[in-house]
Amino acid sequence: MKKRIYLDYAATTPVDPRVSRAMLPYFSKKFGNTMSLHSFGQEAKLALEKSREEIAGLIGARSEEIIFTSSATESNNLALKGIALANKDRGKHIIISSIEHPCIIESAKWLEEQGVDETKVSSSRFAKARVFEVTRLPVDKYGRVSPGDVKAAMKKGTILVSVIHASNEIGTIQPIQEIGKICKEKGVYFHTDAVQSFGKIPIDVNKMNVDLLSASSHKMYGPKGAALLFVRKGVRIEPILHGGGQETGLRSSTINVPAIVGFAEACETAKREMKRENERIAKLRDKLIKGVLTKIKGAHLNGHPRNRLANNANFWFQFVEGESMVIQLDLMGIAASTGSACSSAKLEPSHVLLAIGLKHQEAHGSLRITLGKWTTEREINYLIKVLPGIVKRLREISGN
Amino acid sequence: MIKPYYSKEVIKRFTHPKNFGEIKNADAMGKVGNPRCGDNMKLYIKVEKKGGKEIIEDIKFHTLGCAAAIATSDMACDLVKGKTLKEALKIDYKKIIKALGDLPPIKIHCSVLAREGLKAAVGNYYAKRKSQKK
Repeated sequence: MKKRIYLDYAATTPVDPRVSRAMLPYFSKKFGNTMSLHSFGQEAKLALEKSREEIAGLIGARSEEIIFTSSATESNNLALKGIALANKDRGKHIIISSIEHPCIIESAKWLEEQGVDETKVSSSRFAKARVFEVTRLPVDKYGRVSPGDVKAAMKKGTILVSVIHASNEIGTIQPIQEIGKICKEKGVYFHTDAVQSFGKIPIDVNKMNVDLLSASSHKMYGPKGAALLFVRKGVRIEPILHGGGQETGLRSSTINVPAIVGFAEACETAKREMKRENERIAKLRDKLIKGVLTKIKGAHLNGHPRNRLANNANFWFQFVEGESMVIQLDLMGIAASTGSACSSAKLEPSHVLLAIGLKHQEAHGSLRITLGKWTTEREINYLIKVLPGIVKRLREISGN
Repeated sequence: MIKPYYSKEVIKRFTHPKNFGEIKNADAMGKVGNPRCGDNMKLYIKVEKKGGKEIIEDIKFHTLGCAAAIATSDMACDLVKGKTLKEALKIDYKKIIKALGDLPPIKIHCSVLAREGLKAAVGNYYAKRKSQKK
């Protein structure tokens, strides 16, 4: 098989060999259960706490503020449901953006659908009153949430604001610090889903004014199966997994020590290499954007031209459907992705592309290219070389 | 057995469709769109009368859609070429899928679109003929 080119780093990343080396001892040698009192358990526990300390140190958090989970989906579910359930005596209103990852959107929707408010049931007028209420904030054409909108959406009873740090689809970076400041002033908890930004841009939970933050290992050269939720000390939150009381009772489950050790190693590596790597990737990304926009007529960039993740390029092409581009690129050894309805399990176009104002048929022609640690200039040159031909052929087939 | 996402035949039809393009002096054209995924398809037909029968002499397509939509369009053209209009109307989506080997469940609607395209093209032909008689 010919050489394959991976340009879908936002979907998942390969594990850095240094990370897998760090993980190896924890599979068969130091395999203990962190809850066991014997030496096997204690060496596993030591590795867990060391990992926690390392990661906490990298983002300005305290060790006890890091809760390890199995995935970003779990972290985000815990953040939304855990905060909602623990704070419903204070209020029932939650604010999210309209470009969140599905695990936030669906968690919020689930909360919205939970039963009726018992205090309101007595009055028949409110018989259908929901326990939780969700406001979804619009974004501008670049995908940015306006801090002013956050402020305006707040009301008595707002308990949580959740805004994605950087979009997984279009890479746009949100004014998290400003939104956080507003939340802080209003005494409303602020959560950010930092899955795509973690390890790519510096994260400091204090500077960013966040109370909760989600991150995932497999998006940053760590293994799948490890993620975290930062929960600021004093934040009231309920667990959603009940059991043996691991992670200070917030997330029962046997600890996945090898994955967490790998996650910590990936964080350390990212911290060391972030700046240099970002500069390198941004150059390649800009070359790609310029190449595509100049060589292909009817090509448009989605997301912010500058204020975006260094590794993200997202386009839409007129008269071409995205899934067919992805399949054709794959046949040529290039892995990419699309927000076209044709590639979604629900046959719906990307909600993010629709939220930034794209029409259904425009989102239909979208293509996401995400670069990473092992992306070379040669690979980008190759993509710039073959993509115009692919678009041209598909336009011939579509009669345009 | 674990199957690849698309069958070999789908990939072959997607990468090398034989029937795409426009028939300049087409006798009829069927235009259909899939409201769910946004794909759309145009089928052009050239009809010839032979021994009292109306036969699809040539058929071509333009499809804006996924690999499955392109492959089903191309296959649908092959399945009805040389057939009578009545036979063409009898082609159902399952026959198109079978001819392609297989389709992922989520792509079955593409084959339905191709069948609707055939119906629309033949329907357009009948409608034109009717208006000419008047």
